[in-house]
Amino acid sequence: MAKKKNEINWDYAPSLESTSHIEIKDKYELFIDGKFVKPSSGNYFNTINPATNELLSSIAYANDKDVDKAVKAARKAYNEVWSKLSGKERGKYIYRIARLMQERARELAVIETLDSGKTIRESRDIDIPLACNHFFYYAGWADKMEYAFPNRKVEALGVAGQIVPWNFPLLMAAWKIAPALAAGNTVVLKPAETTSLTALKLAEIIRDSGLPDGVVNIVTGYGDTGAAIVNHSDINKIAFTGSTGVGKIIQKAIAGTGKKATLELGGKSANIILDDAPIDQAVEGIVNGIFFNQGHVCCAGSRLFIQEGVADVVIKKLKRRMDTLIIGDPLDKNTDIGAINSKEQLDTINKYIKIGINEGAAMYQPNCSVPKKGYFCPPTIFTDVAQSSRIAQEEIFGPVLTIQTFRTVDEVIQKANNSPFGLAAGVWSDKGSRVFNLTSKLNAGVVWANTYNKFDPASPFGGYKESGYGREGGMHGLGAYVKLK
Amino acid sequence: MQDNKNKSKIIVPDFLLSPKVDKVGVEERVARFQTRSIKSDSKMQALKLALSMIDLTTLEGKDTPSKVRQMCYKAMHLHDIQEGLPAVAAVCVYPSMVGVAKKEVLNSSVKVASVSTAFPSGQAPLNVKLIDTKFAVQEGADEIDMVISRGRFLSGEYNFVFDEIAAIKEACGQARLKVIVETGELVTLDNVRRASDIAMYAGADFIKTSTGKIQPAATMQVTYTMLEAIRDFYDATGIQIGMKPAGGISNSKLALHNLVMVKEVLGNDWLTNEWFRFGASSLANDVLMQIMKAETGVYQSSNYFSID
Amino acid sequence: MGRLEILKTYKIYIGGKFPRTESGRYYTPVNAKGVQLGNICLSSRKDVRNAVVAARKAFGDWSERADFNRSQILYRMAEMLEGRKSQFIEELIFQGASQKKAAEEVELSIDRLVYYAGWCDKYKQIQSSVNPVSSSHFNFSVQEPTGVVGIVADENSSLIGLISCISPVIAGGNTCVVLASEKLPLCAITFAEVINSSDVPGGVVNILTGKVAEMIAPMTTHMDINAMFYAGNDLAIVKELEESAALNLKRIHSYDEDWSTEDAQNLYFITDFQELKTTWHPIENVGGASSSY
Repeated sequence: MAKKKNEINWDYAPSLESTSHIEIKDKYELFIDGKFVKPSSGNYFNTINPATNELLSSIAYANDKDVDKAVKAARKAYNEVWSKLSGKERGKYIYRIARLMQERARELAVIETLDSGKTIRESRDIDIPLACNHFFYYAGWADKMEYAFPNRKVEALGVAGQIVPWNFPLLMAAWKIAPALAAGNTVVLKPAETTSLTALKLAEIIRDSGLPDGVVNIVTGYGDTGAAIVNHSDINKIAFTGSTGVGKIIQKAIAGTGKKATLELGGKSANIILDDAPIDQAVEGIVNGIFFNQGHVCCAGSRLFIQEGVADVVIKKLKRRMDTLIIGDPLDKNTDIGAINSKEQLDTINKYIKIGINEGAAMYQPNCSVPKKGYFCPPTIFTDVAQSSRIAQEEIFGPVLTIQTFRTVDEVIQKANNSPFGLAAGVWSDKGSRVFNLTSKLNAGVVWANTYNKFDPASPFGGYKESGYGREGGMHGLGAYVKLK
Repeated sequence: MQDNKNKSKIIVPDFLLSPKVDKVGVEERVARFQTRSIKSDSKMQALKLALSMIDLTTLEGKDTPSKVRQMCYKAMHLHDIQEGLPAVAAVCVYPSMVGVAKKEVLNSSVKVASVSTAFPSGQAPLNVKLIDTKFAVQEGADEIDMVISRGRFLSGEYNFVFDEIAAIKEACGQARLKVIVETGELVTLDNVRRASDIAMYAGADFIKTSTGKIQPAATMQVTYTMLEAIRDFYDATGIQIGMKPAGGISNSKLALHNLVMVKEVLGNDWLTNEWFRFGASSLANDVLMQIMKAETGVYQSSNYFSID
Repeated sequence: MGRLEILKTYKIYIGGKFPRTESGRYYTPVNAKGVQLGNICLSSRKDVRNAVVAARKAFGDWSERADFNRSQILYRMAEMLEGRKSQFIEELIFQGASQKKAAEEVELSIDRLVYYAGWCDKYKQIQSSVNPVSSSHFNFSVQEPTGVVGIVADENSSLIGLISCISPVIAGGNTCVVLASEKLPLCAITFAEVINSSDVPGGVVNILTGKVAEMIAPMTTHMDINAMFYAGNDLAIVKELEESAALNLKRIHSYDEDWSTEDAQNLYFITDFQELKTTWHPIENVGGASSSY
């Protein structure tokens, strides 16, 4: 029977997550030595909700004096308390933090969404649970360190300076703090300037947990605050997640200082669809790979490679799937794509979209309604992209996908590896031997086969080449915070 | 008929090459449908839609004309205290009860569906299945719910399964044919996908998950897999095929998740009882209770809703 | 009158061949007694360039060989070294070592090769992991070689330092460009002859001689060198290495070790030059299946 037009037009009504139990203060101070203290400069900066452009709070702006105070507190806590504590006791503190986070999970999720623009579905189902689980996972390592490093004595490094990005604010803080504490270090952490709130909520939780003063210090501010941490002479370790550009500056700054570093930097990861792939799941993997968290993901599958025999069908299905994505209020439980984190980032993304158009690639965006207020970018794909296109080489950090086709496996391995980055990759095929051929030949620290953008506390994460060095997560994540004797 | 004209041009594919399905990926996709939050007007609209899509079913050895008549009345009068409720789409009975049911629903929108082809096992020769089907159609069935030969399918005899469906389709005449693939016995989603493809290319008007006699029945995963098959068939042929999950959809929440899934995979064009059905016996009352909760603001008790 | 001895021309080792430096330059280090050790190649930037090209070319094959096969090749190197023991002892003595020290150094060098030969097909078993993730995925992490490694070998030993640097790097499937000891270069070139006769594919190990101060920059700034192994304690060099790592995020590892001790060898010298790759794949849980299988 031929298709008849149906009269029914059923849409989802708004379903907003409640903010009634959320308290965001007008002003947040620095968390140093177990107390919330005013910044020595007296300066504060604003943090806004990128979905509405409304002011959320004012955040203390730490300068080098404040950073110095935080480092001194961390050093004192390391020397006098934390390094003397047994692993067993350290672990119990970390467990306690994990539990307190779980108890306040919904509150943390809502604040994360308000402050970062990411959807409540992601902060509620992914970011916050993973952050809690990360503390849980590493808590258990604290008294088992010697099992992770056979035949060696393990020692903490001392004071760790940690700088986290705005794309997964609380989750990245957890990735940094949990293993550092488990391994016996003390911490000075700086959240990104656009997303300080959940880190400061974590500071409250840490205070409430009874963790000894100074073991974790949280200083908020801009790049100069971060530079003060990087350049502080009494810091033993720098852990940074962010752009490759800043990572290189840090690498240079700490050269010859004896500071250890782990850098988790940018990417331009290849997601490869072979002609025998489970197509509908691959399409879902493409969507999850590039549109998850508005594409603000260092390991986003931003370069799609489709084998020519299935290219048309994959692109058709991808476009259709994009048409069903809901872009809008991040607090709405039905929203799939939330707000871009900042005006600056939106400008960057739009710049690349223009470049893509000028390079002659064909652009597709679904005909979806985009909120007028706040910073939003519809999901965007470019077909007919060449390997030499800028949009296929440079990290955009937004919901923008480039699509190239390929003919043979050999060709796609070469193209996928033809990049200074090496963070992640995706492979879609129904044939095991082919999957493992690709996963073993791709230069990437994380390879997702028939899935994409999966994370787990037990799973090491980190890049090859210019995507950085060192691992976070799993047993191997401990290596970043110890010296072996 | 129009579909026969269309179908004569269709190239039947090699069913061994049916698209592969990754179960874990399907589970993740399904989880996304389940996080959709349906509230207020949108929910009321969907609940009424769900009611109108139900095939109210009794398929028991102990079915009697009296039992069937009572069910038919319920099908047309779900909860008369509340105005503006639709009737269900159809009643679904054994062939021997078709005559009884047809008489009851004659002047209503409710259709009569009959299971056939030695339901539920399908373990009978083709001529018996044809007689079974023709009898139901003669008795007045608007729709035939046949079962495929799962044993033959699992032995790889796809041509046998295809030919059998095509033969039954011919025996249906004007009645619409729903093909039950019995997903609980096919086990893997790859099999579900392949059986769906065979059914559609062989002439099914609807594909249906289960008999309701085997567990698991209409899980979201299998329904999703079949919806994708319908989408691909439509892309390839331009022919719209209906979907009927049956068995296990016992509450409103599951029904709403199914509707979300239909909307996002196939679009609004399938959101009508012409193209989507729920095979269920206890779903109707749960949906009614949800509707009354929304109307009155208080939680409901089953004592206030007739059981059949 | 005895027969006239044939003197050895010391060359460099690139891509399995023994060229002289393309620059045509040489230097003449002397031993403690002031005797010239020979006209040693004073390698240039272009030699570094050629060596990196050779190392990159060799990387694919070497890194994809079975670990067991690499193990056999390292053991073969030990066999070859054992067979030419006396030549190395002579060279070490000529460069200033006592008979006893020279013999000890050569023996330790052979044993060190055997030690790392044994690790080739074991370090992944110790250091990889199957990660118990919460979702329905099989997840494992395993080491892969970093790529082309630049090695600045120990300045204070001619053989044991060199072998202590090279063997963990190639045991792990990397290829390397080695800058030999500036003042004690002889054994490095003779060791290249051992490598050349031990089934080690050309390009896996490339050995240059020359001035550390001159050669370090072209190595650390090279965009196709993925990691640096510095055996030494010159803080200025460490700083230079770490600074230029910012160019392409080279992995820098500096070791201030006395390589002539028994315990200057361990698993972590291998894993420092490894990347960790984590792979995910879904696990299909068939409907109704449970632990009662």
